[in-house]
Amino acid sequence: MNIHEYQARELFGKYGVATQPGRVASTPEEAEKVAVELGTKELIVKAQIHAGGRGKGTFKNGFKGGVHVCASPAEARDIAGKMLGQVLVTHQTGAEGKLVGKIFVGEAVEIARELYFAVLHDRATSGYTIIASTEGGVNIEEVAEHTPEKIVKVAVNPALGLQAYQSRNLATALGLRGPLINQAVKLFGNLFTLFVKCDCSMVEVNPLVVTKDGRLMALDAKFNFDDNALYRQPDVVAMRDKTEEDPREVAASEFNLNYIGLDGNIACLVNGAGLAMATMDIIQHYGGSPANFLDVGGGASKEQVTAAFKIILSDPHVRGILVNIFGGIMDCNVIANGIVAAAKEVSINIPLVVRLEGNNVAAGKATLAASGLALVSADSLDDAAQKVVAAVKKA
Amino acid sequence: MAILVTPQTRILVQGITGDFGSRHAKLSLDYGTQLVAGVTPGKGGQVFEHNGHKVPVFDTVAEAARETGATVSVIFVPPPFAADAILESVDAALDLAVAITEGIPVNDMIKVKVGMAGKKTRLIGPNCPGLVTPGTGKDSHGGCRIGIAPGYIHKRGNVGVVSRSGTLTYEAVWQLTSRGIGQSTCVGIGGDPVNGTSHLDVLKMFNEDPETEAIIMIGEIGGDKEEEAAAWAKANCKKPIAAFIAGASAPPGRRMGHAGAIVSGGKGTAAAKIAAMKDAGIAVAPTPSAMAETLLKHWGK
Repeated sequence: MNIHEYQARELFGKYGVATQPGRVASTPEEAEKVAVELGTKELIVKAQIHAGGRGKGTFKNGFKGGVHVCASPAEARDIAGKMLGQVLVTHQTGAEGKLVGKIFVGEAVEIARELYFAVLHDRATSGYTIIASTEGGVNIEEVAEHTPEKIVKVAVNPALGLQAYQSRNLATALGLRGPLINQAVKLFGNLFTLFVKCDCSMVEVNPLVVTKDGRLMALDAKFNFDDNALYRQPDVVAMRDKTEEDPREVAASEFNLNYIGLDGNIACLVNGAGLAMATMDIIQHYGGSPANFLDVGGGASKEQVTAAFKIILSDPHVRGILVNIFGGIMDCNVIANGIVAAAKEVSINIPLVVRLEGNNVAAGKATLAASGLALVSADSLDDAAQKVVAAVKKA
Repeated sequence: MAILVTPQTRILVQGITGDFGSRHAKLSLDYGTQLVAGVTPGKGGQVFEHNGHKVPVFDTVAEAARETGATVSVIFVPPPFAADAILESVDAALDLAVAITEGIPVNDMIKVKVGMAGKKTRLIGPNCPGLVTPGTGKDSHGGCRIGIAPGYIHKRGNVGVVSRSGTLTYEAVWQLTSRGIGQSTCVGIGGDPVNGTSHLDVLKMFNEDPETEAIIMIGEIGGDKEEEAAAWAKANCKKPIAAFIAGASAPPGRRMGHAGAIVSGGKGTAAAKIAAMKDAGIAVAPTPSAMAETLLKHWGK
């Protein structure tokens, strides 16, 4: 789950992580009001969408840039009016763009230095790791590749949490001296607390800045949350913005289906995450292109299969479907009946290849054969993948 | 001998009265597994009955282990209580805890790992199908089935299987069994980023196990545990290994079902894992359909 920039700032505010003063606004009038309250010389106005590349984006109304610096509250109102209710297209949104419903109005700070600071779960140590770098404001992966000596890593003992001395070591490694050291101890410590308390899986502050007037603050941040922990994070769940998510993924989650849309044209419906990935792989191996990842889980009820077919078919690029079920405990005949009922309900007009294996598979295959549906039955995963790729190429 | 568990191993089920736990406890009893105790706090004194089996239920793991001699626990309790359940079996000094539960928060697992440090208990999982040491009866009846894998797809034999995924494991096992090739033990280590037992841990056990003659290792994108196992195997493993890595077609930055299955920052790609495996002399199956075939060829069967 992702959150908006203004929500990240609100979280920072709640946990005492220094960030640039400012607030969210939904109307031009509100934007002006926030600007007046801030009372700063220069202001920054930023469109709130989940996608990156906002500064270089263009609105469909022709207005250029989703991030603007303004000199007065009146100008902030004017800029806000050009952004709100408009669709912003960036290199990450695709051509359809994203509707801007909110903007962030903040103090435009004068930056002396840009740094990088992140906290994440580390599977190698089964703990927490902090990554910091003097090279902020740029892509950290490139820094790691070209100048790895500029990256500092600190492992945090989960039983102790981040210790002040570790923060001081990090601060000096980042070249922070004098009063900035204590600002860093406070910011890093509070950020680590936020990370653990909110069940984040990654918080990346990029850039962490030192302003010309000697303040250390988080200027922009990316949050990832642990989906498994959302049940105990109602405040985090409340920040979810479903309009920013793929509607098919939202629909799938309502039926306990795990769906991820991809670029190809062969849809897959599989039980189990590993097998679902492997099914995508084998489609690609035989020259096809998977349209999605879809794990229907261990049970795969008729309702779930029906919902899965509907979601798959809502993708206009789909030209064929591969159903791959290894019915270990599940009776294959129950699954076959589910497929038949679902296929009849949603009327499938593209090639459908079904591979069933496991418990009571003979009865399942007989059910499929007797259904009168124009589906192709396959004997193995290999056979199924070749058949669906061939059928899509022919169509 | 198999690894970790034998048909004689006595197991207890944490969460035996829940839907999920009871269903799979019954299937394990039907398979002939020595399932000797159940644990559900507040239901101690009840008896879990199935097809003539009478399994006593206890309030705590410590009591269940003491009264029945169970040395292994399988955990089906829901995510919010699962970390506590794992730590309870660690505190009761069981040999092995197998956590089937899917969806345990990573922070909870980090806490569990801290609590397990220096203790004797090994953890498998969470978010895993468990493990099976097949029996010698019809459809491998009489084996030790811990978790949720279908028992009948197995056959007693000499191939060790280790995997991060459930159904993909069944696929591999079934490919072997259909070709008349049996398994020593099949271990699902689970798809979570922070877990108890790694590919490497299981490889080492297979390497030492006289019954295991060849190994199938199934990995997926994310992390670097497959690379770690391959590097060790290159220098140390005496037995032929075939592997498959799922997720070659997955785009970076998208989590593919399992919390651990994500390519991020250019790390954990299928290509890197496959290269590491090939470098270690491991035969890599080109497709998930060719796992058994690839092993048999590499093994010279």
